[in-house]
Amino acid sequence: MSEAPAIELRRISKAFGPVQANKDISLKVMPGTIHGIIGENGAGKSTLMSILYGFYKADSGEILVGGRETPIPDSQAAIKAGIGMVFQHFKLVENFSVLENVVLGAEEGAFLRPTLAKARKHLTELAREYEMNVDPDAKIEDLSVGHQQRVEILKALYREANILILDEPTGVLTPAEADHLFRILRGLKAEGKTIILITHKLREIMEITDTVSVMRRGEMTDTVKTSETSPQDLAERMVGRKVLLRVDKTPAQPKETVLEVRNLGVTDSQGVQRLKGIDLQVRAGEILGIAGVAGNGQSELLDVLGGIRAATGEVLLKGRPLSLSGPGSDARARRRAGITHVPEDRHRLGLILDFKAWENTGFGYQDLPKYCSGLMMDNQALREDTDAKMGRFDVRPHDPNLAAKNFSGGNQQKIVLAREIEADPDLLLIGQPTRGVDIGAIEFIHQRIVELRDEGKAILLVSVELDEIMSLSDRIAVMFDGRIMGERLPGETDETELGLLMAGMEGRAA
Amino acid sequence: MDLNTVLLILDSTLRLATPLLFACLAGLFSERAGVFDIGLEGKMLIAAFFSAAAASLTGNVWAGLLAGCAASMALAAIHGLASITFRGNQLISGVAINFLATGLTVLIAQDWFQQGGRTPQLEGGARFQPITLPFAETLRDVPVFGPIYYDLISGHTILVYLGFLAVPATWYVLFRTRFGLRLRAVGENPGAVDTAGVSVVGLRYGAVMICGLLCGFAGAYLSTGLSAGFVKDMSAGRGFIALAALIFAKWRPWSALGACLLFGLLDALGNRFQSIEIAGIALPVQFMQALPYILTVVILAGFVGKAIPPRAGGEPYVKER
Amino acid sequence: MQKLPSWADVVLIPLINLVLAFLVSGLVILYIGENPVHALEVMVNGAMGSTRGWGYTLFFATNFIFTGLAVAVAYHASLFNIGGEGQAALGGLGVALVCLAVDWPFWWLALPFAVIGGALFGAAWAAIPAWLQARRGSHIVITTIMFNFIASALMVYLLVNVLKAPGMAPESAGFPEGTHLPSAYDVLGVFGIPFNRFAPLNVAFLVAVLACIGVWLLIWRTRLGYEIRAYGKSEPAAVYAGISPVRIIMITMLISGGLAGLMGINAVMGEAERLTLDSVQGAGFVGIAVALMGRNHPVGVFLAAVLFGALYQGGIELEFEIPAISREMILVIQALVILFTGALDGMVRTPLERLFLALRKKGAA
Repeated sequence: MSEAPAIELRRISKAFGPVQANKDISLKVMPGTIHGIIGENGAGKSTLMSILYGFYKADSGEILVGGRETPIPDSQAAIKAGIGMVFQHFKLVENFSVLENVVLGAEEGAFLRPTLAKARKHLTELAREYEMNVDPDAKIEDLSVGHQQRVEILKALYREANILILDEPTGVLTPAEADHLFRILRGLKAEGKTIILITHKLREIMEITDTVSVMRRGEMTDTVKTSETSPQDLAERMVGRKVLLRVDKTPAQPKETVLEVRNLGVTDSQGVQRLKGIDLQVRAGEILGIAGVAGNGQSELLDVLGGIRAATGEVLLKGRPLSLSGPGSDARARRRAGITHVPEDRHRLGLILDFKAWENTGFGYQDLPKYCSGLMMDNQALREDTDAKMGRFDVRPHDPNLAAKNFSGGNQQKIVLAREIEADPDLLLIGQPTRGVDIGAIEFIHQRIVELRDEGKAILLVSVELDEIMSLSDRIAVMFDGRIMGERLPGETDETELGLLMAGMEGRAA
Repeated sequence: MDLNTVLLILDSTLRLATPLLFACLAGLFSERAGVFDIGLEGKMLIAAFFSAAAASLTGNVWAGLLAGCAASMALAAIHGLASITFRGNQLISGVAINFLATGLTVLIAQDWFQQGGRTPQLEGGARFQPITLPFAETLRDVPVFGPIYYDLISGHTILVYLGFLAVPATWYVLFRTRFGLRLRAVGENPGAVDTAGVSVVGLRYGAVMICGLLCGFAGAYLSTGLSAGFVKDMSAGRGFIALAALIFAKWRPWSALGACLLFGLLDALGNRFQSIEIAGIALPVQFMQALPYILTVVILAGFVGKAIPPRAGGEPYVKER
Repeated sequence: MQKLPSWADVVLIPLINLVLAFLVSGLVILYIGENPVHALEVMVNGAMGSTRGWGYTLFFATNFIFTGLAVAVAYHASLFNIGGEGQAALGGLGVALVCLAVDWPFWWLALPFAVIGGALFGAAWAAIPAWLQARRGSHIVITTIMFNFIASALMVYLLVNVLKAPGMAPESAGFPEGTHLPSAYDVLGVFGIPFNRFAPLNVAFLVAVLACIGVWLLIWRTRLGYEIRAYGKSEPAAVYAGISPVRIIMITMLISGGLAGLMGINAVMGEAERLTLDSVQGAGFVGIAVALMGRNHPVGVFLAAVLFGALYQGGIELEFEIPAISREMILVIQALVILFTGALDGMVRTPLERLFLALRKKGAA
């Protein structure tokens, strides 16, 4: 009965400088199963799996593969041990062909020609066996995200991996593509392969895994059989206490229309149409939630409204048209017009991480009269204002002179939020408000958003977390492939219907 | 212009293009692997000195070539250490290497030879001698082809021929071998190479050392082929022209050959004529000298086809967190 | 949590890097068969042992302050301006044209116009690479290198064919008497302080000090400086904040080129009093070392410029006193400083960060 686990980790620890990413983690993964690892963002899942794949080196602990102790100092050793990994951000050479990507690092002999010929045959067989059609000569940059992911899986199979790790594989996929992926994974399991699936989505865990391990703040807290647990139970284990999945709020009292978008179109630098004629309205005192799988045009919509990207079409703010390209369409003009913006990616856009908190408070508002006099900045006024804002938004540590990078995710988000909310906008754009934010701060941030709504502001919320959309929005618009697939009221829809819309299917007729 | 003048200019073009070609291919290996190199100039210069010095001391030009390559590869190793191991700024490291070479060559030349930063004049076996290709003498009198073969193609030093052979060799290595595939991959997405179980550091060092080797050939040719000894600053910006040629060629071997020949031709013309009249406008020689740089800026500006460098170029590889 | 206390970042690391550079330089001198300690004595004495030494040291430092500030300002916008050499050469041209255009009656009238001329020409030479970077995405490092060579060809052409004064050397006519800038001897003499008569240190040094203060105000006190720094840290974030990258790149590079161009008032107007072919003499590149060493802060740039000024002056004395060590020793030291402070920074920083982390853990335990 006692079959050796395919993978066994014993007391793995890993620190990045002062941050302890993994603490004393032990785990057994049985062969021929799909094992889920679930946890919040930053719980240490990806780090743990990167250690297993030899991408990072553990500070201490042991790895056993098939019952034998196997040191994995680098990816080479992991591949040799039969482990393959599909990273969240694909590790593909964009201007190489599929075939070249598959053989890279697993070439036979010093010359390419024979290797490529052999690989082409093998690849065709594999693709047929697992229903993963890809053109071996296609350039990666020409493939869809779903196809690129298949190339990653084929790469692992070509190296004869028996254990396949997938890190958040569905984050960039439509539900239909995700279903296809799950079919492939089931097929692999039927062949006797072991699969480790990292995700923070409960639905996926329930749907496909046999066993699930929960990680919290760098520690492995539980391992249970999937059939013996429930989403509610897992959610509690993930965050460590009872979660409030609903936000307390009264029904919205929408007033006049603040934002009116008509036939908005965006074409990116590669000539791909990202927005294909968006129409929507947001009224004062309501939250419009935009649901959708990442990469379906939500970011572009925020960018256009925030003045970061040019577009075609028409946008009216309180009846006045905004210019969508050329002079007067930049972020400065948007802020003057009364639109403020909490961006999806605060590290890339919302903050200058090396700047101190007080410098970040002026970010985007550096030409406000209260922050400058003539050509000079009024640094003292900025410091004082930051100090006050930190108090009102409970930013910890309460130190305006600390660089933004030294705050936790939640506190960084509060700094951005304080800046954008207190600029007293007519319309607040807010993207992924709680991404990478700890639970305590999530409640605070949700409450602030609802309070702002109750003050009569218009709010456009973009989130890939369906739970967040369902609990915050007064109306929900679903985006797919650059279009609005439909609008629903949260009380009159459910996740299934929204999921269908997110996949580009009309669902039940409106 | 008669055929003779044309042949003379083209002959000089070949000779002047050779050091550019070696240096350009050197840069190609390094930059294709994602390590920018503005230190081609310095590596060429130090190789020129050590080649001439060793050739002068031993009387054997091959010993010179060896010494030149070794010196150039030593600087390449420093560049590797700075930009690969310690993840420093590749451009700054290149700048430092150029100064180091300028300073060290004169300093050591003065210490060894006391001739004001030169090496003694090289003679006989201490220089690369022209090779007369088979049948050159016999075919000399055949009209048109004879002079072309005898004056233009034959009669160069071995390094010139090696330089031109290095072009197909580079192409083959890059596009037909495992090493080439990995090297190009590491310049585009080192993460892909790393997760495929291949050492990014090893590959990049390999590329940087090949770059050093080829710069060694370029420098050795300067002081023992093109001239007969080392003089201060003798690379005279050729490393930067080679860099320009590399961009002009959009990091491709065969185009690099074309670019180096073009820039060699400009150099040859500038050496022969004080000014050139084109369409009634007299172009001063300084314009000819600046032309490679102007052309490169035009190419960089993207008005004539965009030059897109390898995507991971200039960035030290750090595993993302 | 901060990895290093800021004093370690600002003082300790540059100091260690500098010591390393000098240690290796010492090894080079040992190899040549000379005594590095003696060489150092000669250099320090030559550079700082007399008012003549100081006069040269600070004269060189003035050049390096201008070129160092040029690199530093651009660096704050994440632009590596390696074209200081060409910009300074053109700046010299601008200064020369101003000086030759009018028969200036007084230096204090000529100086402001020379400042404008030098800055304008230097800025103009930076403008094309800046525009190409801003609008066409052409890598500014490569274009500024190319523009150095184009500048040198242009200067040869102008001095051989256009501006050449009668005589053998390719140089312009001498400037009118009224453009002569007061030297340190003249200025200090007013206060009764004796100074070497022949040292080229002149009032341009004070302009350089003013430039340091101006750059400090610009970068840390003005809105433009705030926007330059924000753009330098993150271009997408700058766009999010409504800062136009094109505007920042253009303005920053114009300021940077202008600063490099100002070198002309010291080297061309202050010393040579005519335009020569080699008026810049590599100072544009020394600016890179100075900015790196000075951590792109005006105070640091000032100190590093004085250090390099002393190095240049000391190097000249060194060649004179110990003929076995040629003047190129300066280039070697300069290269090593750039290498250690710029490219090999991680070699010192990483172990130091570990050390401080270990100390902190110990302190916490």
